Amino acid sequence: MTQSAGKGVGARLRRKEDERFLRGRGEYVGNLRMVGMLDVAFVRSSVAHARICAVRKPAGHEAAVFTIDDLAGVRPIVANSALKGFKSAPQHVLAKDKVRQVGEAIVMCVAPTRAEAEDIAAQVELDLEELPAVVDMVAAIKPGAPRVHDEWLDNVVLETLVDDNLSGIRARAAIKVQRRIRTARQCMSPIEGRGVVAHYDRRLNQLTVHSAAQMPHINRAGLSECLGIDQGRIRVVAPDVGGGFGYKGILLPEEVCLGWLTMKVGRPVRWLEDRFEQLTANANCREHYYDITGYADADGRLLAIDCEAIVDSGAYSSYPFSACLEAAQVGSILPGPYRMDGYRCRTWSAATNKAPILPYRGVARTGVCFALELVLDAIAREARKEPYEVRLASLVPPEAMPFVNITKKYFDSGDYPEALRRAVKALDLPKWRARQRRGEPDGRRVGVGLAIFCEQAAHGTSVYHGWGIPMVPGHEQCTARLSPDGVLELRIGAHSHGQGLETTLAQVAHEILGVDPDNVRLVHGDTALTPYSTGTWGSRCMVMSGGAVATACKEIEKRVRAIAGKLMEVAGDDLVLEAGRVRVGGTDRSMSLAEVAHVWYRAPQLLPADVDPAGLEATAGYKTKQDTGTFSYACHACAVAVDTELGTVEILDYVVVEDGGTLVNPMIVDGQVFGGAAQGIGTALYEEMPFDAQGQPLASTLADYMLPGATEVPAIRIEHMETPSPLSYFGQKGIGEGGAIAPPAAIANAVNDALADLGVEVLESPITPRRLLAAVAAARAGRGAA
Amino acid sequence: MKPPKFAYEKPRTLEAAIRLLADGGDGAKLLAGGQSLGPILNFRLAQPELLVDVRTLPELSVARDEGDSVFLGATTTHSAIEDGRVPDPTRGLLPAVARTIAYRAVRNRGTLGGSLAHADPAADWVNVMALLDAEIVAQGPRGERRVRASEFVRGPLTTALAVDEIVLGVRIRKLSARARWGHYKFNRKPGEFAEAIGGFVHDPERGVARALVGAIGDAPHVVADASGLDEPRMRAAVSSAGFGPDTYEHQIHFVALKRAVARAAAA
Repeated sequence: MTQSAGKGVGARLRRKEDERFLRGRGEYVGNLRMVGMLDVAFVRSSVAHARICAVRKPAGHEAAVFTIDDLAGVRPIVANSALKGFKSAPQHVLAKDKVRQVGEAIVMCVAPTRAEAEDIAAQVELDLEELPAVVDMVAAIKPGAPRVHDEWLDNVVLETLVDDNLSGIRARAAIKVQRRIRTARQCMSPIEGRGVVAHYDRRLNQLTVHSAAQMPHINRAGLSECLGIDQGRIRVVAPDVGGGFGYKGILLPEEVCLGWLTMKVGRPVRWLEDRFEQLTANANCREHYYDITGYADADGRLLAIDCEAIVDSGAYSSYPFSACLEAAQVGSILPGPYRMDGYRCRTWSAATNKAPILPYRGVARTGVCFALELVLDAIAREARKEPYEVRLASLVPPEAMPFVNITKKYFDSGDYPEALRRAVKALDLPKWRARQRRGEPDGRRVGVGLAIFCEQAAHGTSVYHGWGIPMVPGHEQCTARLSPDGVLELRIGAHSHGQGLETTLAQVAHEILGVDPDNVRLVHGDTALTPYSTGTWGSRCMVMSGGAVATACKEIEKRVRAIAGKLMEVAGDDLVLEAGRVRVGGTDRSMSLAEVAHVWYRAPQLLPADVDPAGLEATAGYKTKQDTGTFSYACHACAVAVDTELGTVEILDYVVVEDGGTLVNPMIVDGQVFGGAAQGIGTALYEEMPFDAQGQPLASTLADYMLPGATEVPAIRIEHMETPSPLSYFGQKGIGEGGAIAPPAAIANAVNDALADLGVEVLESPITPRRLLAAVAAARAGRGAA
Repeated sequence: MKPPKFAYEKPRTLEAAIRLLADGGDGAKLLAGGQSLGPILNFRLAQPELLVDVRTLPELSVARDEGDSVFLGATTTHSAIEDGRVPDPTRGLLPAVARTIAYRAVRNRGTLGGSLAHADPAADWVNVMALLDAEIVAQGPRGERRVRASEFVRGPLTTALAVDEIVLGVRIRKLSARARWGHYKFNRKPGEFAEAIGGFVHDPERGVARALVGAIGDAPHVVADASGLDEPRMRAAVSSAGFGPDTYEHQIHFVALKRAVARAAAA
């Protein structure tokens, strides 16, 4: 290792990319201008479930209007899982025979401008024979429910079962709490929607698809499968992307459509998703149902969890994560950070006439944490203990690390109880208990709540090959190239869209090579320029791309030492790389990296005879020491005030104690936690896509789909613990999703704490005024009856 | 969503604007701040053939103190009211309400007259002007006409305006020194449309005691004789506004009204 001089791993370096982002100079798909470019508008289904009897193209516009029958040779999107019993739901890129959700694209219209394309779209006549819609996931899997897919016998995409014999525990458990818990369907809402610009490069004989994508190499593979052309003839470019969160971790039907269209019409074509399309066609995440029972001893120590869970998977299977990943994940991660003696969990992925499920930041963990942590609080109330006390009794202790939990997850490191203790201390629990006893002058009720979780990140081959989905992560690669002027170029196949990788990976390079981060350029998001990668998902980039960059830089370092050692007539091992220079240890003799590079490129006559002929460019691959994943963890604790007259909740204080292992850039980690927590607050209190009985989504603008803004997010206080992961290069752990996981549980627990003496217990998110007032009224009625 | 084609005119005089409206009939629409019309055009919910932009017409931008009342021109922006750049006849009520309308960027463009003419039942001026018993002044080919605010809004997105009439402005009686007012807006987030608005104005010198049950999905419900308003009468008012007991809507409108009355008492 070299001297960091405050710019390497651990430095709070300002983000390099902010220079363009904060000045409004990002380059997004919507900024692309191409000569002759045409705009696309889609005719989408206005009903959730219908047979397509006829599509009539408007007279005079036949050449600008396309249905699935026109897209000869285009194959449907298929994202199957190899798990036993998985039912396949191929998705035609334009609906064929049937539509299965509101917003499903049926017809593609193309014109010089979007407004004109919409004019044509408005004239397309659809003859749809409406069918009964499958809207509720619990009803969907019951016998006799109408079916989303005619060729299936039911609406179960996949059923999974983890079964322990719980009979002994049931007999001896002093405490048993059973709850039915629900989380609403949400619509991931990055500031930038989806967008695609496709054109065909005749010189390279190559289709280029610019897309707001998190996983460009995966999109390329999917485009190749659907369009039937080899991957070498496809280039996917993800330029600046205005937020991903999972919304852009998908092969889009629109990408396939536009790829076909540009080859058909011979001109560049563009489709930019608007907010109406996003909200009505793509409310695609977070909808879970739990019938969960917790068993504990008299002190509240957790003995076992017994759960039946349903995830609303929507109408199709998204590529590459599939329709079953989320529900199946529920079964494997529900035990959370706790030790327990027994565990049983059955899950169903339910097909419904809604948008296909996509993994949203935190994926199943946000729902799982909500269900489990609400049960833990219910156990605490039964045991008459503080909620933190029952958790302390059940968390995996630090001396047990590394720990293999009841579902065979390998917790690599950490001190979970300490995170909990620190959060309780940082919140100052006694202060809030005293205030609670005093009561608020305005009549509101104060409550405190907490939630703790651990989060598997950057898990690899051994975890994913078992799912048998279209994507299995293996080694992550980086190409590092020291250019003639000493600038280091890093090429990675993942994509940075808010993670700050242009900065943090430069810090990694600095750590190895001493090159100034300002002299590091990150090239990412372009399949033509970067090594293959499964992309940006699963909180994996700092671990996997970071490890790949470090490994590639190590290779460059070796070669720099060989050249510089020869030039300065010392052994390579005697050299120190720091501050952009190569110095002979213990002396002030040195040369710059630029001078070393100059010799390789411009004065090769000076090179040693045995120089590595591969030069100052290296592609290296990296895998963690064991690919079971790093486990970051956090405890969120908050205090709220509940207005029982209006059903509103105000967050008075919010604390996060997080352990992300070695933090490459603590400031960027803070940003990740803030952003994630803001989304978690949305899940807890605001965000919901309601549907009517016919499957019609009811929030079609952001006036109805309520996103938290600056006024809804409190000043969150963050404390870091840094327990290095034994598995990763620098001990770093993936933490990108964690912020979004715990807020719904922590806030709901705080609300329930505030209202406990009224007998109110909220078991559904988001906690809207309507829900909260209904719970208060129900509790009153229940008391009246009793 | 992009609007279909439409023509755009920016007349220099009020007469020209009225003529364009009269000639355009149902196909013509006024554009002031555009904060409601813009999204409606993009959603293609309205597909006018002609937009008549009145934002810079001098007749609509006046604000004058008339002694016992104040006249605010139709294109007075929410931010002008918020910032006190126009006279306030209400001893702080109008600026306090203006501050809660949407976001500053919207307030910089959105106008008083535009909001009234659009007549969204949850819009702040629609409700507050009814509470204040303000007078809407409209001008058409047949001359000037005055309509009481409580009769101006007829229902959701429906007003007493004829297709060729333009809102000139609003005349609001001044509250006297002993007047008290209270206003409570319940919404999910600051800046969002209200789910409930409660209002109360008591001006003993003018013999005015009015209460508002607002944002009810229809023209606002005003209790014109609200002296001695107690909780049973508040509940009765909310029921009269269309929300039966034991409903969510009854609860939030009752609480909004109750808190508005309490604020007036504490003022």
